[in-house]
Amino acid sequence: MKCRKCEQKAVINMRQHKLALCQTHFLDWVPAQVQRFIEKYDMFAKNDRLLVAVSGGKDSLSLWDILWRLGYQADGLYIGLGIDGGIAYSHESQRLTEAFAAERGLHLHVVNVPQEYHETIPEMADRTTRGRGKPCSVCGMTKRHIMNRIGREGNYAALLTGHNLDDEAAALFGNTLNWLGGYLYRQGPVLEADRPGLVRKVKPLCRLYEREMAAYAMLRGIEYIYDECPYAKGSKSIYYKELLNQLEADRPGAKLQFYLSFLQAKENGIFAPQADPDAENLHSCPTCGQPTSAPGECAFCRMVLQTA
Amino acid sequence: MAVKLILRGKEYEVKHGMTLRHSLLKIDVQPEAVLATRKGQMITEDEILKDGETIKLVAVISGGS
Repeated sequence: MKCRKCEQKAVINMRQHKLALCQTHFLDWVPAQVQRFIEKYDMFAKNDRLLVAVSGGKDSLSLWDILWRLGYQADGLYIGLGIDGGIAYSHESQRLTEAFAAERGLHLHVVNVPQEYHETIPEMADRTTRGRGKPCSVCGMTKRHIMNRIGREGNYAALLTGHNLDDEAAALFGNTLNWLGGYLYRQGPVLEADRPGLVRKVKPLCRLYEREMAAYAMLRGIEYIYDECPYAKGSKSIYYKELLNQLEADRPGAKLQFYLSFLQAKENGIFAPQADPDAENLHSCPTCGQPTSAPGECAFCRMVLQTA
Repeated sequence: MAVKLILRGKEYEVKHGMTLRHSLLKIDVQPEAVLATRKGQMITEDEILKDGETIKLVAVISGGS
């Protein structure tokens, strides 16, 4: 198969776009696409100060690399979760993230959960009833809290995450299977900071397939953590991704179409604000100032205060 | 001789002469879920696999919760 642009041997074929590219043209194509989506969804401006949440994985490190190449001022935020799983998972992902930042001279914030909150994520999950024995729920809540906190403290214009199209399509699939109106109402490339205490959140990779992001990291020579989080095995999101990939194998572009049709339907008003009942009851947590629908302290502060 | 495919340390053998895509479907690996490399170079799914060669597969799916 030959590159559409130069007739050299292609290294990737993106069936959903009917587009095969060589290494050089693929490495040009990905940042150009990201720039296109930043503009299309009005994510941020060229001179904005940005904060990228980086996990040491292929998506977030590639996103940071792309932003750096496009000339954006983007600092990184790494959250140490204290997950070992027999593979020193957090230690290794932090090492790779710090090496990435040092090679490019980029500024990285590091928040170490066990140091700051005196417990690892698995320990927090064991202590609380949240998550039914799996730490993913505690992990997600903790990361959201810290990302929002650092975003606000640093007065960043936006917090960027490396969610790719497969992440978004899998989340949409799960939200649709369960008709989670609030999540469907809020899901999209941009989550506005429409409440006091919230930072604006954006997903510049939301239209790029996970396979494309892995290819970008590999071809760019980005060293990322290849091992899966030890707690991700058997997760719903991976199961949904596999189901969607079965569909994609028979119908190239099915995942992209699913997500884009959803965005179009949203724009056409298919979801009403009342689909998100929690939004009406939000108030500021008296401890951290972040919005919460729970009475009194937010769920994160209540979880942390239990140990104090 | 056959073609060896390696994914996350697990080895699979397929017949040579097939396309990469066909060989992935034979071993129940979703073509969308992996990238393939031959001698360190990424290859597309229409590549014909050659007798005796080894293809390394890189899993691309990650996730949680």
